[in-house]
Amino acid sequence: MRWLRYILAVMLAALVSVPSRAEDLDMNEYLFGHVGDSYEWHITTVNGHPVSIALPVIVHSKTTGWHVFSSKHLEEGAYEGLYISSSGKYSGKIVERGPSGEEVRPLDISITKNVAGLMFNSALLVLLVLLTARWYRKHDAREEVPKGLVGVMEMMVTMVEDDIIKECIGKEYKRYSPYLLTAFFFIFINNLMGIVPFFPGGANITGNIAVTFVLAMCTFLAVNLFGNKHYYKDIFWPDVPMFLKVIPLMPLIEIIGIFTKPFSLMIRLFANILAGHVMLLGVVAVVFLTAKLGVGMNAGLSTISVLFGVFLDVLELLVAFLQAYVFTMLSAVFIGLSRQGD
Amino acid sequence: MSLVTPDFGLLFWMTLIFAIVFFLLAKWGFPAITGMVEKRADRIEESIEKARKAENLLAEMSERNAAMIEETRTEQSRILRDAAQARDAIVSQAKQQAQEEASKIMKHARTQIAAEKESALMDIRSQVASLSVDVAEKILREKLSDNKTQMDLINRMVDELSRSENPS
Repeated sequence: MRWLRYILAVMLAALVSVPSRAEDLDMNEYLFGHVGDSYEWHITTVNGHPVSIALPVIVHSKTTGWHVFSSKHLEEGAYEGLYISSSGKYSGKIVERGPSGEEVRPLDISITKNVAGLMFNSALLVLLVLLTARWYRKHDAREEVPKGLVGVMEMMVTMVEDDIIKECIGKEYKRYSPYLLTAFFFIFINNLMGIVPFFPGGANITGNIAVTFVLAMCTFLAVNLFGNKHYYKDIFWPDVPMFLKVIPLMPLIEIIGIFTKPFSLMIRLFANILAGHVMLLGVVAVVFLTAKLGVGMNAGLSTISVLFGVFLDVLELLVAFLQAYVFTMLSAVFIGLSRQGD
Repeated sequence: MSLVTPDFGLLFWMTLIFAIVFFLLAKWGFPAITGMVEKRADRIEESIEKARKAENLLAEMSERNAAMIEETRTEQSRILRDAAQARDAIVSQAKQQAQEEASKIMKHARTQIAAEKESALMDIRSQVASLSVDVAEKILREKLSDNKTQMDLINRMVDELSRSENPS
């Protein structure tokens, strides 16, 4: 506890000594800037100059064809007729002027901040897992037990495999095991990297609906492509009184159920991670919002916000694991339901 | 709001990246790990089974050992008892034999003594007889110093003889 007090004292001193440049904080921009996507990866701002990594912009316009250029060209305004819209339907996205002067959005597959983060995290994940797998090829796992990183990876793989996959799917778990393990580690590493507040981390990846949509889609396909007879009979001709099938009430509900299951997976992961980020950002924002209230007030509230931030960060660590676990487990349960009676 | 509408670019990249990640991990990543872990689990199970068997064997062997020790002990006590019996038998037999021998020797000695005694008696008797014959001779010589007495004696003897030859 003693060192904690020292740290707090130092933090307070630092806060007090900062000359309060009480600029108005635009909460909307601040929040959406952090949880949203952007064309360059903003790292920090030093003396008013933003330090950011330029990322490639790749767009295809119906009128002018392919455009591939660095995002730093967009800082000054329009480039090759393309610019970032500041308002309207496509606010924050690259647009071009249509023939009648309206903003038209071209096909946009730019490597945005989220895509770059996704690539980095995926590379990290592949590296981690392949390194772990390499250990098993080099060693006789029947005689040796891995230590360190490989040991941690093995523990987590075994946990997911034994507690989730085998439990929920049953006999034919081997077929689904690689997908579920991939999903678990993919979500987990992206959640964790989302909590890391500085450069390769910090991108709000699993809190983005496009990402969770793809993940949920994969589960949807895994459930419905490999569902057995029993599963489809339960959907189209369930064991209910005849009149519920003649007026196809039950089949209708069941068919809706096919889609609500992955939909709930998508929303759950997206909302949990997004909410966590927003909460953390909100708590951190207290430090800046209270800057105008004077040094004493600012210091007091900042202390509270830092303590609360630590608490939330730890909570987010738990949520990062929990959401990966829940997504994998529910996917496994849905898959297990589609393989019932095998 | 852009938060809840999936952006096409990100959707495209996410699909691509996830497909690549899935392919790489499903081909070279997780099966290698889970396969080896499973092999190790099998190995551990096998080892436990083996250990259990060995333990059983050991218990069985120690049981057998105990039985053998028990058996040996009873055997030993039986042998000891037999030996004691044999010893007693030998001793008693020896005693008996000794007794028999002793009695035989005694009997022998007794018969010898009796024989000696007989012969001594015979000796004494013959000596007494010869002495008495000598005494009788001397007495007779004294008595038969005159004729008349001689004649009387002869007559009586003849009488006696004739009576004994012709008792009718």
